[in-house]
Formats: sequence, structure tokens, C-alpha cells
Amino acid sequence: MLSIRDLQVRIGAHEIVGIEALDIGAGRRVGLVGESGSGKSITAMSIAGLQPREAVISGSIRFDDRELVGMRESELARMRGAEIGFIPQDPTRALNPTMRVGRQIAEALRLNTELDRGAVHARTLELLEQVRLPDAASYLRRYPHQISGGQQQRVLIAMAIAAGPRLLIADEPTTALDVTVQNEILRLIVELSTAHGMGLLFVSHELGVVRSVCDEIGVIYGGRLVEFGSSRDIVTRPRHRYTSALIGAAPELPRGDALARMMGKRFSVIPGAVPPIGGFPIGCRFRNRCGAASEQCASEPPVESDAGGHRLKCWHPVAAGDAA
Amino acid sequence: MTPLVEARGIRFRYPSGRRRGDASWTIDDVDLTLDRAATLGIVGESGSGKSTLIRILCGLIAANEGEVRFDGRGIGDWLARDRLGFRARNQIVFQNPRRSLDPRMTVATSLGEPIRALERRRPITSELAAGLERVGLSPALLDRYPHQLSGGQLQRVAIARALTVKPSVLYADEPTSALDVSVQAQVLNLLMDLRDELGLTLVLVTHNLAVVGRLAERVLVLRRGVVVDAGATVDVLARPGNAYTEALVQAAAEVSLADGGKPISAGA
Repeated sequence: MLSIRDLQVRIGAHEIVGIEALDIGAGRRVGLVGESGSGKSITAMSIAGLQPREAVISGSIRFDDRELVGMRESELARMRGAEIGFIPQDPTRALNPTMRVGRQIAEALRLNTELDRGAVHARTLELLEQVRLPDAASYLRRYPHQISGGQQQRVLIAMAIAAGPRLLIADEPTTALDVTVQNEILRLIVELSTAHGMGLLFVSHELGVVRSVCDEIGVIYGGRLVEFGSSRDIVTRPRHRYTSALIGAAPELPRGDALARMMGKRFSVIPGAVPPIGGFPIGCRFRNRCGAASEQCASEPPVESDAGGHRLKCWHPVAAGDAA
Repeated sequence: MTPLVEARGIRFRYPSGRRRGDASWTIDDVDLTLDRAATLGIVGESGSGKSTLIRILCGLIAANEGEVRFDGRGIGDWLARDRLGFRARNQIVFQNPRRSLDPRMTVATSLGEPIRALERRRPITSELAAGLERVGLSPALLDRYPHQLSGGQLQRVAIARALTVKPSVLYADEPTSALDVSVQAQVLNLLMDLRDELGLTLVLVTHNLAVVGRLAERVLVLRRGVVVDAGATVDVLARPGNAYTEALVQAAAEVSLADGGKPISAGA
């Protein structure tokens, strides 16, 4: 359904994103994972046509048989509402604080569908029920500040799916929420995507969240897709050094007796930090933070290889079967 | 030895709540004991009262009922007789360093604030430089402004600032939730190192059970202002004593990496 080829996003002299291939099949859920500054958000934004004004996009993003790169803004805006839904990160900022929730959803319907007034009202109620807001009618009249963060995110999901898009793009949709609320939202996204056969591009810096939602995961560093495979594969058998470092650094709650064993133990860290735009080294972009880097990593960018079912860009991958 | 901090029967509600006719307590009959050089994790979701609770323990807001004792004396007594000394010994680090550091001040000015306010003296550049080095930052950052630093660097500055006045207790209110996973790990390791090195008593407020599971040997689970579970972390989290703690542990497991590729269960 969505097919990205040789996507390049440039800001000034810097190539922020360089992705050779990324596909999302109809109804498939694909996650993009990486730290802040890795390029995952701008990749997602570029697909939705929401990249910053100074960004220049080249290459190809095909949605069905239409090319999104170079499409007129008015046409892109229409597609964005009607066929590609977007769930933003911070619900408090994404909703208009001065407008009742019902009107905001109705607005999304008026802009992106041909429904008449009566139908818009009925559909608004239906959407509120679909995103599991109990007593939907009472939500119509509320203002954003009168509902919780989790409920606000449900309203935004209702707006994103209002016109029945076939692809949803979610950019860190749960980072502002508590864990139990987060999981309810994740569950809702999974249910809606399954029920309506909606594809999903899910962006997050939390690998655990992404793997719980997505069929496949792409790991991004320095704007490059460094590893791509099934969720299970990426999490249980990471091959790229960056993926395995991300897994190591994730705070995990040990279970049962392991809890006592891990108490007071330091977390493993990824040394250094993501460099600012234009600050990545030549060759492998991760090499200055990688314990396995060699001469080769400094001289040539790693080429893509097939590592037992997943795609990998690393000159010195973690040995297969070696747990992270 | 008497505990460093002891709270008995703490009750608190915000005046605005009472005006709206909301009679419920934000903090409702909380007991708490904190030993010297121990680390206590306070977990709970938004609105559970965990941030309010530590503000009461630090004397930033006063409980309506109950008593807080610090180092053998009541908090009211401390605030009346040695307010500055009490503040110096009880320092807080907040969640979002971009909001807790003044954007118009250099790192040096921000770092020196507690010394100026609580010790009533001018900070010496060398002590500020040493403070930065202790948290793994270069003294060259002293002349920088917050917008020139990354989130992780800013949180280190906030920690360094709290430590300039040699606190006995460091309260950390969600210190890593505004940070990236990899930076979180670095900041948490730093807190562990500083605690061990300085013999700090640490109170860690977080919604992240994994963080408590590594750092805090004791934990207190707060729900709507009430302590629903408390004790040794290895007991409370491995064998939750009530349904709420269990739900939190379960929620963490659903997005855990240990489960491999198991998708989040639908319809629960």
C-alpha cells in the first residue's frame, strides 16, 4: 500500500533522512524506533507531508499508485485527511482549547468527507463510541480541558480515523500518558487497525511499546534504516549494534527472583549521544558510539545485507544467536 | 537510630478542591519512614498524589493533618528556626529540566542559586566547576545557556545544582521521564553513583516500575492519595499485595521486551 524508495530528506546541506526502501502492506503495522534526533519522526512527518518547511524531499513515496513526493499541497492535504490519518504526540497541544470536542471531530468530518450535517452528527457520535468514550453524547459538549489526557488522545484518534483512512501515522502517541492509560490507547489503536484493515506507521523511542503494537520494526539511526525485521526477530535476535544497545538500555522490570538479583545494578548505556544535524561521522553513522567499530566502518557506509529474514546495515553485526 | 524522615497520618487537600466542593483528600492518611542512605521509590499514576507527597516532605506545602519529622524534629519547628538549613538538606530535582532552569541564566548562575539563597554567600567558580564534573559534565558548560544543552545535560545540571548545598535527602520527581531511553539509563546510573558516593538518601518519584526495581530497595505505591502497598521492592513488585499494584506490574509487562514479539492483548 505504502512504498518508499530512495527517500531523501535534506535540510540545507544536510541529508537528514536517507531510506532506500520501506514498505507498509495493507493492514500491516510497522514501527520506527530510535532516539530523539535519529530521524524517525521526520520520516513519518514526510510521509504525511507535514515535514518542516525548509526540508526538501526527493525520491519516491507511493501510496497505492499515487506518488506523494512532488504532489500539490492542496491535493496532499486532502489525502492526509481522507486517506492518511495522523495521530500527534501531545494531545493537549493538538486540540483547540476553545472549541468543544464534538465540534472538532465534526470539523474533521466536514473537511475530509462529503457527509451532510445530519450525517456528520451521527458519525461523530459513532466515532466517539468507536474510540470507547463511554456516554459519547456527553463528550460532544465538553472542552479539551474537561477531559483527561487519555480521553484527549481518544478524541484525536477519532479525528484521525474520521474519514476512514487506510493508513494511520502515529508519532509517539502515548509518551505523555501513564502506563495503564498508554496500554489502553495502544490496545485501541491495534483494535481499530485490525477491525478496519488500516495500515499503521508507529513512531516511538520505546522499543517495548513498538513491539507490542507492530508486526514489523525498523530501527533508525542517523536517518538510516539500520535494521528491519519482524517484531519478534528484532527484539529477541537483534543483529545491529545499535538495536542491541537500545534493548540493553531500556529499563525493564525483572520478574520474580530476578528482581533481587538486579537491584542496585547499573543500566547498560549507549555511550555518547545522538549528534546534532550534520554532526554524524562519515562511514557508518553509529560508529563513534559503537564498541565494535573498525577501519572499515570509518571508510565505507555499511551496505544492506539479508540476515536470516531481516535487513541489516552493519559491518560487524552481533553474532546470530547471541542474545543482546 | 531514628529514621531521617518520618511521616504519620499525613492528610492534605488543595484549597481549590475544597472550594469546588470536592471533599476528597489529595493525600489521605499517609505514613512513611525513610532511613538514612536508603532509597525509597514512590510509584503511582498521574493524580495519585506522589508529587504532592514529596512537596509536603520537603516543606514546600504544609499538610492539613498529621506530622512530618526530619532528623528528629518536626517540620514546623525546622521551618520556624532554621528554614534555610532545612531547605538545603532537602533538595528536589524536577521532571523537566527545560522548565526548571531559567532560560535567561547561564549554567553558572543557575548552579549558584541554591548557594546564594540558602547559604547566603557568593558561589566560588571552582566549586561550581567541581559540581559539574561530579555529574559528568565539562566545566566549559558554565558559560552556556540552557538552550545550548541537551535534555540529558540539563538534567545533570539540575542534579548538580541540588547537590551544591550538600543535601541529606535528594527528592527526584520523575527525573528521567522527559528523556530518551538511552539518556534515561545514563541519568539513572548517575543517580545511583552519586547516592553511593555521597551517602545520599534518595526518594525517587516515578511511574516507571522498572526504575524502582533497579534503584529503590523500598517502595510505596500510591493511589488517589492512599498508600495501597508498601515494603521491600523485591516483595511488593514480585508478589503484589493488591490488585492495583498488580495492574501496574501487568501494564509494565505488556510493553516489556522480555516477551519478545507478543502483541498487546486485545479486549482486556
